Amino acid sequence: MTTPATTTQDSGREVRLEDLRRTYGDVHALDGLSLAVAPGRMLVLLGPSGCGKTTALRALAGLEEVDGGRVLVGGRDLTGVPASRRDMGMVFQAYSLFPHLTALENVAFGLRMRRVGASERRRRAGEALELVGLSGLAERFAGEMSGGQQQRVALARALAIRPSVLLLDEPLSALDARVRTQLREEIRRIQLEVGTTAVFVTHDQEEALAVADEVGVMSAGRLEQLAAPQEVYDRPATPFVAGFVGLTSRVPATVRDGRASTAGGEVPLLPGSVDAGSVDVLVRPEAVLVSRDDLADGAAGRVVHTSFLGALARVTLATDAGELLAQLPASAATGLGPGTPVTWSLAATPALAVPSET
Amino acid sequence: MSSSALPAAAAPNEAAPATEVTTSGGRRGRRVTATAASLIGVVPFGLLVTFFLAIPTLVVIIGSFLDADNRFTLANVRGLADDVVLQAYWRSIWISAVTAVVGALLGALVAHAVSTAVEGGVLRRVITAACGVLAQFGGVTLAFAFLATFGFTGFVTVWLQNTFGVDPYGAGGWLTDTPGLLLVYSYFQIPLMVIVFLPALDGLRPQWREATETLGGSTVAYWRHVAGPILLPSFLGGMLLLFANAFSAYATAKALISQGSPIVPLKIDAAISGEVISGQDNIAKAMALGMVVVVAVVLWLYARLQRRTSAWLR
Amino acid sequence: MAAVTGGTRPGSLGRRRRRRQAVQRWVVVAVTGVFFLLPLIAMVEFTTRAPSGSGRTLDVWRTLADVGRLSEQYPDLLDGVTASAGLVVLTVLLMLVLLVPTMIWVRLRLPWLRRPMEFACLLPLTVPAIVLVVGLAPVYAWVAYFLGPSSLTLCFAYTVLVLPYAYRAIDTGLSAIDVRTLSEAARSLGAGWFTVIARVVLPNIRSAVLSASFLSVALVLGEFTVANLLSRTNVQVAINLLGKRDPSISVAVSLTSLVIAFLLLLVLSLAGVRRRSRGPRRRPDQTVLAATPVQEIS
Repeated sequence: MTTPATTTQDSGREVRLEDLRRTYGDVHALDGLSLAVAPGRMLVLLGPSGCGKTTALRALAGLEEVDGGRVLVGGRDLTGVPASRRDMGMVFQAYSLFPHLTALENVAFGLRMRRVGASERRRRAGEALELVGLSGLAERFAGEMSGGQQQRVALARALAIRPSVLLLDEPLSALDARVRTQLREEIRRIQLEVGTTAVFVTHDQEEALAVADEVGVMSAGRLEQLAAPQEVYDRPATPFVAGFVGLTSRVPATVRDGRASTAGGEVPLLPGSVDAGSVDVLVRPEAVLVSRDDLADGAAGRVVHTSFLGALARVTLATDAGELLAQLPASAATGLGPGTPVTWSLAATPALAVPSET
Repeated sequence: MSSSALPAAAAPNEAAPATEVTTSGGRRGRRVTATAASLIGVVPFGLLVTFFLAIPTLVVIIGSFLDADNRFTLANVRGLADDVVLQAYWRSIWISAVTAVVGALLGALVAHAVSTAVEGGVLRRVITAACGVLAQFGGVTLAFAFLATFGFTGFVTVWLQNTFGVDPYGAGGWLTDTPGLLLVYSYFQIPLMVIVFLPALDGLRPQWREATETLGGSTVAYWRHVAGPILLPSFLGGMLLLFANAFSAYATAKALISQGSPIVPLKIDAAISGEVISGQDNIAKAMALGMVVVVAVVLWLYARLQRRTSAWLR
Repeated sequence: MAAVTGGTRPGSLGRRRRRRQAVQRWVVVAVTGVFFLLPLIAMVEFTTRAPSGSGRTLDVWRTLADVGRLSEQYPDLLDGVTASAGLVVLTVLLMLVLLVPTMIWVRLRLPWLRRPMEFACLLPLTVPAIVLVVGLAPVYAWVAYFLGPSSLTLCFAYTVLVLPYAYRAIDTGLSAIDVRTLSEAARSLGAGWFTVIARVVLPNIRSAVLSASFLSVALVLGEFTVANLLSRTNVQVAINLLGKRDPSISVAVSLTSLVIAFLLLLVLSLAGVRRRSRGPRRRPDQTVLAATPVQEIS
C-alpha cells in the first residue's frame, strides 16, 4: 500500500454499507440500509433516538452483528470480521477512557495492542496528543480532565493507530453547549488534516450540518435522504427530513400546475411534493417575510412573540393560516412586540408540500 | 435562570448561625452560644458512643498494661510471647490468610459469573440473596450445618464410609481442628467476597470493553491490560476485608470446637470466662489489643499496596 | 444532556461470546450451588433421622412447629428467641432515634463534627466484637447494676455494632439529597428544626433509613459474640446451648433461620424493584448487597 508523502497516514478508504438488516424481536433497527462514503469524506448520520444510526455505526465497527447485508471498507468485505481486526478508530459518547491509565497511556493503548515498541509508542502517542492540542495533559488521568478534554483524548486515541475509518458515536452529546460548538470545529479540522474517512452519528441537526461533507438522515432503520448539508436543508426529499432538519411552519395551500397557492403568495414546489389538492407547505422561517407595512401578496397577521438571538430574531405570528415562524435580521425586528399587527408573505423559495393535516 | 423572580427570602445563612456575620463585638459570643445550643442535639448519641464504644476501647488498651492491682505492668503484653498464645495467633493468622485468598479467588469467580447474568433476573437475585444470608448468618448456624454434614455422624462422612469405605475420621477428628476451620470459614468467606466484589464488577463500563476491541485488543488483552488493573484495588480490598472477617470470627469456632482454644478469639473467651484460670481479665485485654495490632498491620500493608496499584483512584 | 447509549443492548456482545459466557456462568453456579446446598441438604437429612438407626422421622420438625411443646421442652430456646425479637425492635429504635437525627443535625448545624462522627461510626469495623466485648464487660456490670441483668440491655452495644453499616447507608442517602438547601427552604417558610428533620429530610431518605434498619435487623439476629461473652441470651446463644444438649433440634432451628433469612432477602430484592425509589434507581441485587453487613459473622 503506497503512502502519499503529503499525508501523515494512508488516505482514508471508501466505506460502503450494503442492505444492512438488524432486527430485535419485531423491531427493525436496520431496515435495508445502503450507503457509501468516499475516501477522506465525513458522513454524518442524523436522526432521532431509535432511528438506527448508532446501530449502523456499531455494525460498521463490528460491535453489533447484522442479520443481513454487507460491510465493505476499501473494497474488502468486513462482515463477520471481529471488531478487533477491523482497523477502525472509534470515539464513544462518554466514559470510554481507561481510568487507570494516563492520557498518554490511553492514546498509546491501540499501539500497544499492535505490539509497537515502547519508544515508538510514546512518540506517536505524543504526536496524536499534539494534534488535539493536549500535549500538556499527557500525565493526567481521565478523572482529572473535563468532559471536553476527555473526548479530545479519546479522539487522539482513535487516531493514533492511523485507522482506515474514524467512527464517532455522538461524541459531543454529553458536553456543555459551548464546548460542543468548539469541539465540533476541532474534530472537523483534524479529520480534514489527517484525511481519514469518517462516519459521525448525532441527533443534533445543527451539528450535522456544520461538520458534514454529506448528511444521511435516518428514520426507523432506513435512510431518508443522503446529500450535502445545504441540499438537505434547502431541498428536503421527504416530510420527515423537512421536519427534522431546521425549523418549519406548515402553511395550508392548494396545488396547481406544480405551484402551491397560499394566503401569502405562490410557492414553487420541490420534487417529492404532493401534486394535487389541498396540502400543507413546509416553509423555512427565513422564507417567511414580515413587515409592519403592506407587502405584495401579503396577508394579515399578529405578532405573538419575538425572540432575539443576537444577530437574528425569530418572530412567532398568529395568522389565518395558523401559527407561523419567521426569521429576520434583528435590526428589522425592532418594534415587533406582542400584539403588533403585521403583514406576512412567503418568498419564492421552493418548498415541500405534504398532505394536509386536517 | 430568572432567580430575580423570587421574593427576598430569609437570609440564606439562617441554617448555620455559627458562621453568621454580625458586629464583631457580638460575633464571638453569639457563635459560642449558638454552637453550645446546637451541641445539645448530639449529646444522646455522644453518650452512647462514649459508654459503649470509647470506654470499652480504652479499657482494652489501658487494661492491657495494668496488673491485678491496677498498676502499670508489661507482664500481660509479655505474656503474649508465651508459646501457646503465639501458636494461637499464628493459627488465627494462617487460617485468616488462607481463607482470605481462597475466598477472594473463588468469590471473584462466582461474582464474575453472576455479573454476566441478566440484571434483575432470577439467577442474580437468588444468588445475591443466598450470599447475603451465608455471609451474615454464619456463626452458630453454619457450625451446626457443618457438623451435620462433615461431623462424626454427618451426612458426607457416613456416605463416604458406606460408599467408598473411606473414613475421614480414621486419622482423628479434623472438623474441629484447623482443617475444619479452613473449610467452614471458606463457606462464609466466598459469599462475602461475592457481595463485596460484585459492585466493582458491575462498575466495569461496557465502553471500556468496546474501546479495547476497536483498538485491536482481544479478550485476554482486555483482562490483562484493562479490567484486571481496574479491579485490582477492589479485589485487594475484598481480600483484606475477608482477612479481618476471619481473624475476628468467634461464633463459628465457638460452636464448632468443644474442647481447647486453638485460635485467639477462643483464647480470649477462655480468659474472660475464667474457665481455665480465673483473674485473667487483663491478659484477655492484652490479647484483644494484640488482635487490633495485627489487623492494623495488615491494613497498613494494604494501604502501601494500594498506593502502588491505584494512583489513578486518588 | 442526552442519555448515554451503552453497549449493553442484546446482540451487542456477539452470539458466540454470549453463549460461552452463559455456559461458564451455569457451570460456576452449578459447582458452587452443590457446595452451598450440600450442608443444607445434610441438615435436612440429619434432622429427619429416626432414633432407631434406620428410616426417617419428622419428629424433630413436629416439635419445632408446636410452640407449646417447644416452650415445654426447650424453654431456653424460646427465651432466646423472645430476647432476640425484643433486641431487634430496641436496636432499630435506638438507631433511628439516636443516629438519624444526629446525622442530620450534624450536617446542618455542626459540619465540623462530621469527620469525628464518621470516625466514631466506622471504629467498630476495626475494633471487632470479640475485642470490644472485653472492654464492655465492666461497662455492662455497671449497666446491670442500674437496669438489671436483662438481655434486652444488649441493645446499647448492638447499636454501636450496627453503626458502621447504618452510618454508611444513611450517609449515602443524605448525600444524594441536598440537605442544606431543603432545610434552608423549609426554614425560610417558617418551619422549626423538628419539622425540618421529621417532615422534610426524613421522608426523602426513606430508602436509606429502611436499608439501615434492615442491616440492623440482620446483624442483631446473627449476633453471638457479645451476648455469649456477657452471659446473656439471644437466639444464637440459645441455639448454641441447645446444640450441646440436643443436636437435632438445634440443627433444625438453624436450618429454619437460614431459610427464613434467605426468603426475607429474596422478598426484599423484589421490593427493591417494585418500589418507586426517589433516588437513582437501584437494581434488586444492589438492595440485597447493600443490606448485608460487610463484616465478621460475630
